[in-house]
Amino acid sequence: MNATWSRFNITSIVLGFAFLYLPIVLLIVFSFNESKLVTVWGGFSTKWYVSLFHNQGLMDAAWVTARVGVISATVATVLGTLAALTLTRYTRFRGRMLFSGMVFAPLVMPEVITGLSLLLLFVAVGLDRGFLTVTLAHITLTMCFVAVVVQSRLVTFDRSLEEAAMDLGAPPVRTFFQITLPVIMPAIVSGWMLAFTLSLDDLVIASFTSGPGATTLPMKIYSQVRLGVTPEINAACTILIAVVAVGVIAASVVNKRREVQRQLDEQAAQRG
Amino acid sequence: MSNAAVTAATASRAIDADKSALARLGAAFVGRLVIIVPYVWLLFFFLIPFVIVFKISLSQTAIAIPPYTPVLDFSDGISGFFAQLKQLSIDNYLWLTQDALYFNAYVTSVIIAAISTVLTLLVGYPIAYGMARAPAAIRPTLLMLVILPFWTSFLIRVYAWIGILKPEGLLNQLLLATGIISQPLIILNTYTAIFIGIVYSYLPFMVLPLYSALEKMDHSLIEAAKDLGCPPTSAFWKITFPLSLPGVIAGCLLVFIPAVGEFVIPDLLGGSQTLMIGKTLWNEFFANRDWPVSSAVAVILLLLLIVPIMLFQRAQARAQEQDR
Repeated sequence: MNATWSRFNITSIVLGFAFLYLPIVLLIVFSFNESKLVTVWGGFSTKWYVSLFHNQGLMDAAWVTARVGVISATVATVLGTLAALTLTRYTRFRGRMLFSGMVFAPLVMPEVITGLSLLLLFVAVGLDRGFLTVTLAHITLTMCFVAVVVQSRLVTFDRSLEEAAMDLGAPPVRTFFQITLPVIMPAIVSGWMLAFTLSLDDLVIASFTSGPGATTLPMKIYSQVRLGVTPEINAACTILIAVVAVGVIAASVVNKRREVQRQLDEQAAQRG
Repeated sequence: MSNAAVTAATASRAIDADKSALARLGAAFVGRLVIIVPYVWLLFFFLIPFVIVFKISLSQTAIAIPPYTPVLDFSDGISGFFAQLKQLSIDNYLWLTQDALYFNAYVTSVIIAAISTVLTLLVGYPIAYGMARAPAAIRPTLLMLVILPFWTSFLIRVYAWIGILKPEGLLNQLLLATGIISQPLIILNTYTAIFIGIVYSYLPFMVLPLYSALEKMDHSLIEAAKDLGCPPTSAFWKITFPLSLPGVIAGCLLVFIPAVGEFVIPDLLGGSQTLMIGKTLWNEFFANRDWPVSSAVAVILLLLLIVPIMLFQRAQARAQEQDR
């Protein structure tokens, strides 16, 4: 054990993680509650999950959310990766300040402002609110998060690999796809996942930019929460948490395995 | 070598040269595209909308309803969205100054966000410090554990606190059962609940930049100070804290700016008695359907946040320069 890791350090970490995780754990526990009262334990039951799957409104909303999430995350990943390349590789071009401002500002911009401004844009160009507008809005928001994630990988990237490839005659575009892309792939994957969960999660921007027929799951959950807390919402939340947790853990396992493989390859290359 | 062979070789060399020129041209074009595509996208979907918000905020109230909203009917007809742009006015801004509600909402939001930011820093610093001092082998796991709640829905995490903070909720049950209190505490629908909600939801945003600043720190500096007889507390204030300052600033901005305009937390945990500008804007838009006034509220909010946002952008750019 590290001598500088004092009891104070351990205590603050344990308390901090308890604070972070206890509410989520309680939420999951009470989704299995027999009683309709969310806060009084009435025995174990999975009946809320059953009734959840018979709630057509929630199921429709879940399907809309999944489609918006996959489409917007995919487009945002492409755009965000391009933005990250621009930020790290093109240090001098006209309007670079403006560009980096437009990439970083959405990260902290209050959602009510982003939502309202996007809605007014869609109205101004005559686009009917619905599936498309939510997707466009989510692309805009999440591409900036992807850009930050990919950029942090790109700045540590060893450019001499690219130079070597180009010295050997590979054209820049091919160099990008054969050298750069595989190296930054883990960052791109986690960027996609971040974009997907942000889209899955968003209530405010979706409420502004969505229209009839494109109610997302958070909008549905929000409207039910306003009517009162029910175990059914706990069940819906638990499923969402499970989906995200499985995705994140799977991705980190894959990443770790790839990292180990890469280290083995490097060692083999050094020996050979 | 025959004449024909020489000609062929020259020709193929010429073609090669042509090809590489073409490739270079293509690469230049692709390089341009790398910049242009995200640039144009952000211009169109991020910058231009602000211009439109500003325009709408100068328009007259009550006409700017999209024609397809079925619940509303107007005697003077919906003459289109652009018609009222011709008669710009600052009435909406005057309206914001006349009604004390808006002024109070702005001030309250800034104060709540500032207090929450300080609280988040106080909670987050020991966690980040403990993580940075942890054995290197378990640091990635700890980092993962901080990030993981961030991946679960914001709405869900705020919702979870309703069940805990309610008068008949889990916290009160626990405190009553252990005899610490005899009357249930009223926390839900107060500003206290908003503070708890913001600290909880934004904690990872504070811990991550703090951790990355503290982890980079050279611990031998502290040992040197200790060897020279410096007590631990003053070593912390003289060495550790100043060195972690970039992380402190980044973390505070990441919490403060979105917290000022927060909607979900004050709406779900703060109840109807609490006042925050994000909620005011939302109600103005969804309940009162007053698009021009909500646009004016947004413009003022943006002006309020423009300095912190620029500070944030500069801090990000500087961090990026250092990483390079």
